[in-house]
Amino acid sequence: MTTTTTLPAEERVVRREALYFAVRNTKLLIGFGIVLVLLLVGLLGPLLLGSAPPNEYVAGPMLPPSAEHWFGTTTFGQDVFTQFVYGLRTTFLAGAMGGGIAAVIAMAIGFVAGYRGGLVDEVLNMLTNVVLVIPTLAVLLIINAYLGIRSVGLQALFIGLTSWPWAARAIRAQTFSLRSRDFVDLARLSGVSTRRIIMREIAPNMSSYLFMTFILLFGGSILIAASLDFIGLGPTEGVSLGLMLQNATQWSALQLGLWWWFVPPGAAITAVVGALYVANVGLDEVFNPKLRET
Amino acid sequence: MRQYFGRKLLIYGLTFVVAVTVNWMIPRFMPGDPVASMLARSRVSQPAAVEAMRAYYTNLFGFDQPIWQQYLNFWGALFQGDFGISIWVFPTPVADVILGAVPYTLGLMIPAVLLSYWIGNRLGAFAARRKLLDNTVLPVGYVLTAMPYMWLAVILAWGLGVTAGWFPVAGGYSFALQPSWSWAFLVNLLHHWTLPFLSLFVVALGGWAIGMRNMIIYELESDYSNYLAALGAPTRLIRRYAFRNAILPQITGLALQLGVLVAGALVTEIVFSYPGLGSLILKAIQNQDFFLLQGTFMFIVIGVLLANFIIDIVYVIVDPRTRAGMAGAA
Repeated sequence: MTTTTTLPAEERVVRREALYFAVRNTKLLIGFGIVLVLLLVGLLGPLLLGSAPPNEYVAGPMLPPSAEHWFGTTTFGQDVFTQFVYGLRTTFLAGAMGGGIAAVIAMAIGFVAGYRGGLVDEVLNMLTNVVLVIPTLAVLLIINAYLGIRSVGLQALFIGLTSWPWAARAIRAQTFSLRSRDFVDLARLSGVSTRRIIMREIAPNMSSYLFMTFILLFGGSILIAASLDFIGLGPTEGVSLGLMLQNATQWSALQLGLWWWFVPPGAAITAVVGALYVANVGLDEVFNPKLRET
Repeated sequence: MRQYFGRKLLIYGLTFVVAVTVNWMIPRFMPGDPVASMLARSRVSQPAAVEAMRAYYTNLFGFDQPIWQQYLNFWGALFQGDFGISIWVFPTPVADVILGAVPYTLGLMIPAVLLSYWIGNRLGAFAARRKLLDNTVLPVGYVLTAMPYMWLAVILAWGLGVTAGWFPVAGGYSFALQPSWSWAFLVNLLHHWTLPFLSLFVVALGGWAIGMRNMIIYELESDYSNYLAALGAPTRLIRRYAFRNAILPQITGLALQLGVLVAGALVTEIVFSYPGLGSLILKAIQNQDFFLLQGTFMFIVIGVLLANFIIDIVYVIVDPRTRAGMAGAA
């Protein structure tokens, strides 16, 4: 099924309607706008800044922000803006990968449990509840502590492996409400395989919901990654916003009053995650007609 | 009701077994050899000394025994409260080190969580469907929930601590004092407690307010609210009913948020060098003290399970349907 041109007319109308409300929703526009700007800074910044690696000592120590060093320098004379730009990249990567992996697991478990029901559901539900109760960060702490060399990818992988349960639960509940609808029954009667029913009949009917779940997982992964970095279990090489915060507190930026070192990374994390949440509310309003009027 | 608790206890029991198993597995099945890496980090060069240390660590972990024996031994030690010996504060048992830190973490977390929960819910319920308030509470709430705990802690420490000089920014009490039950010490303790408490409280507040606001709006749109309104019931009454219904999912929400709140407390403690579990974890990581780290993990898991169970009991008290054996809680 390769196709965007042969959508049924009805579906096209729905899409156009969603787009109509999307471009008129301020929450959505502001939210995605902020995320997009920061993403561009993260993507293009390192290219424009030239080849200096982010941890290199480029100037005098503890310089306040100036035209040359936009965010000042650290106690060691590293340029905070360069670190910030590279850190944004890492943060987006951790969010996208961690959130993506979590979303895939959540969908697999949520769909199968919700559609199959019975014993399969019982077992998967138990698994979900168990992983749900275990404090995520505590598990990640010991896993990362035993890893000698840590990379952003590995960090994101483990975040993804531990943060799916609530999403799986939500998707299961949605699937549950869809599985006894007529069109699903019809597909089943005509002998379509379970896998195909889930992919073609159920998932498309909750695509907006799935997308919103992914956004929340994305934001959550960024926060968890930042906490891990801050505790000292971040990637062993490179920079991230969490690592910047960790370095700033470790090398007494607080006591020395180097606010330009610790304010930008935290502000960026808050901006990205907050913008994602706000965009999520906007999306909810776009897809859910009940919420539109206010 | 028996079924409800039976099911919950089964889940918690399973979770505990899984947590212990994970805790046991990680040092054994992670890529790399923990004993070798510990030896490498200790920077001992004499071959005889290295050999002695290898024998010591292998024996300590019990790596020379068959794997099922190791697993059983691990459980046995756990039930005897034996978490091993800390490397950071050498001959002290890990359990003692942790028990010394737990009161600080609980003293910080319990008031912060309960107060933020209570005030956040009230605030959210009050703001819902009140245009002006809603327009301020909602954005502020989103900014707060999106904020990393340690960042607000750092900002508060810098603003109110270092710059304004109103509060101390490190430690649980002044180094000049010895812990005792004197007024001077208690006041000092409270003084050090204020900033960490405040930052935990403020970040957690936003999430509860948003959650409650959304739930109240949902409840106010439901049939019973419309019916009450049609009967001419005062708005106050309708809102009270809405609140009572909306608080139920919020209780489940509290259980779901426990992990995040613990994580928040840990990083906040690290910012303020507050002598709780967070600082212990930092020390354990810095000193490669794996026994301490794993012991802390077990304590956190047990604490979260207990808290979950308490929340379940509260849920039964608040929601009569679970008592009557009708629709159960999620």
